[in-house]
Amino acid sequence: MVFFFQNLINALQWGSFYALIALGYSMVYGILMLFNFAHGDIFMVGAYIGFGVATGIAALASLGAIVLPNWLILVLTIIISMFLTSFVGILVERLGYRPLREAPRASAAITGLMIGIILETGNLALLGARRVRFPSLIESATYNIGGVYVTNKKIMIVGVSLMLMLALHQFVRRSKYGMAMRAMAFDYVVVPLMGVPINTIAAMTFAIGSALAAAAGILFGIAYPVLDPYMGIVFGWKAFVAAILGGRGSILGATLAGFLLGFIEIFVAMIFPSTLRDFIAYSIILLILTFRPHGFFGEPYSARLRL
Amino acid sequence: MRKVLLLLVSCLVIGLILSPCVWSKTKIIKVGINAPLTGDIPKVGEGTKYAAQMWLEDIKSAGGLEVGGKKYPVELVIEDNESKAESAVKVNTKMITQDEVMVIVGPQASSQAIPAGEVANNYKTPMISPWSTNPDTTKNRPFVFRGCFLDPFQGPVAANFIKEEFGFTKAAVLYDVASDYPKGLAEFFKKAWEKANGAGSVVAFESFTTKDVDFSSQLTKIIKSGAEVLFTPQYYNEVALIVQQAHELGWNKPITGSDSWGSAETVELCGKDCYGLFFSTHYAAAGAKGATKAFIDRYNKKYGYVPDDVGALTWDALQIVQKAIQSYGKITGNVEKDRKGIRDALANIKEFDGITGKMTFTEDGDPIKCAVIVRISEKGEYEFYKSVCP
Repeated sequence: MVFFFQNLINALQWGSFYALIALGYSMVYGILMLFNFAHGDIFMVGAYIGFGVATGIAALASLGAIVLPNWLILVLTIIISMFLTSFVGILVERLGYRPLREAPRASAAITGLMIGIILETGNLALLGARRVRFPSLIESATYNIGGVYVTNKKIMIVGVSLMLMLALHQFVRRSKYGMAMRAMAFDYVVVPLMGVPINTIAAMTFAIGSALAAAAGILFGIAYPVLDPYMGIVFGWKAFVAAILGGRGSILGATLAGFLLGFIEIFVAMIFPSTLRDFIAYSIILLILTFRPHGFFGEPYSARLRL
Repeated sequence: MRKVLLLLVSCLVIGLILSPCVWSKTKIIKVGINAPLTGDIPKVGEGTKYAAQMWLEDIKSAGGLEVGGKKYPVELVIEDNESKAESAVKVNTKMITQDEVMVIVGPQASSQAIPAGEVANNYKTPMISPWSTNPDTTKNRPFVFRGCFLDPFQGPVAANFIKEEFGFTKAAVLYDVASDYPKGLAEFFKKAWEKANGAGSVVAFESFTTKDVDFSSQLTKIIKSGAEVLFTPQYYNEVALIVQQAHELGWNKPITGSDSWGSAETVELCGKDCYGLFFSTHYAAAGAKGATKAFIDRYNKKYGYVPDDVGALTWDALQIVQKAIQSYGKITGNVEKDRKGIRDALANIKEFDGITGKMTFTEDGDPIKCAVIVRISEKGEYEFYKSVCP
């Protein structure tokens, strides 16, 4: 039983990352019918921006210019990095996707791949191939609850992720912009005719997705403190799987599918030899898709309308 | 169509003009360095490059490499293999066919050295891998050599050390199943451990694949298995993640490793979590004497950090290459003939006293040399703990 709960905790943390990144894919896909394949790399950029901001603030604090407790540095790091990374997202949309909005879908998809490569190699050129260690902003504390080991980091990661997801949900459900986004996801030919500014909404979607990816990047850096320029590729693919599994444009779907993916990966490794982890995990997902080709919350007709 | 053709032709012509003169036949000794400058283990590539540049500096200050009473200029061709097998193969092919190098030093990691060795051997070009410990690198390849001990030796060294030091009987192994070096070494360790402690004494044999960062499910399994020690023959970036995650999951027993831990960056990435851990490797920097110390001091002064085992082994490999070229005794200018001659000279070296210890070479081009057990001190330095000789 202890073994099961330990794996459950592990899966919750791992699933949070998938869920946060899947949200970015899902929103862009839902609203613009676009696979933003650069999203995994925006996650990487977010992690590096977080690294830069955290190191900067920590350096200022150690110089005595400002006095801040570590948790506040972390909060500031997350907020500032989310803000900065959202501009990366806007830039990607403005330079990469907007000129191609009327182009065939495949062109937009490869644009994403190319932007991804540009971000990776740009980072490589800027910072070199050296790995960087994400600064440990919070002192790790491990709690033993009846044989299950939980760290303060894990609680924080899952907590912050859930908070962000809830905030996004509220934004999309309750605000005027959220309504515009939902309307565009419903029909992006007619809705702009009603006076909804398509460019603003598109840029905003990218900004929000990128900000979430940045938050994921920082939390990732806290949990797995070794950053490298290629960290977003495979991770991005897997989060993309979660986004599609959740259903087109569904925030709830992407969140649930992200956690589900984390659970499947961890529990497959728990039961079967770990060598077969991804093999079995992704076979299961393929099977799920066979029975639910539109994902958990996807609507068949909308896909038929656009593709 | 004609325009496209014209463009194509002019591009080709410009390309030809700009490419370095491969036709000129001045007698230069070209040495290829096949190193992972980017990719998963860039610190390994950096150490390789720096050691090679130091060697070149020595040659240049001596006015060239003296072969048979005549001095020849030496040129290094340093290429990046991105720490990928297919790129290592490409780099070797390019260096052999285009740059016409006489001898290749590298690649370092076994997953690149094994396929690249195949190419070198097929093209009959001598290659020496300073750091690759997997037996397959040199097996049945007369043109491929190495500068370090082998995993069939290192596996038992690591297993026996744990047995003697701690007296444990149950071990767990966590390794990357997609990479030749960790996979090979994990199996040799398992064999040696089970030979000493009986079948089934490796209570958890868990794996992951390259680029994984979350090892929580494997580590949870390992903790449940009741293992007393964890052996993980991984590269430095993974070591940092594995050790930290193990501690966060409540593992407070020893974790040991192998020579891939010895990078100059391991402690930087891993921090306090790695203090007090042991691993087997080629040399220990802290407390070195003689020529080894001279090398360490010079490297440290020039590049600002203590060289890791890769740097030291690359240095030794280049000294071996130098010795082979000199004992070959002539440069004919016919690169195929020279390659064959250098290979024969390499095969004829029976003993070599390098900065990583004395080596005696076997028929297969593999050295027999001592391994060192290193302890990561509370200051994050690699302290000599004991030496294990075959």
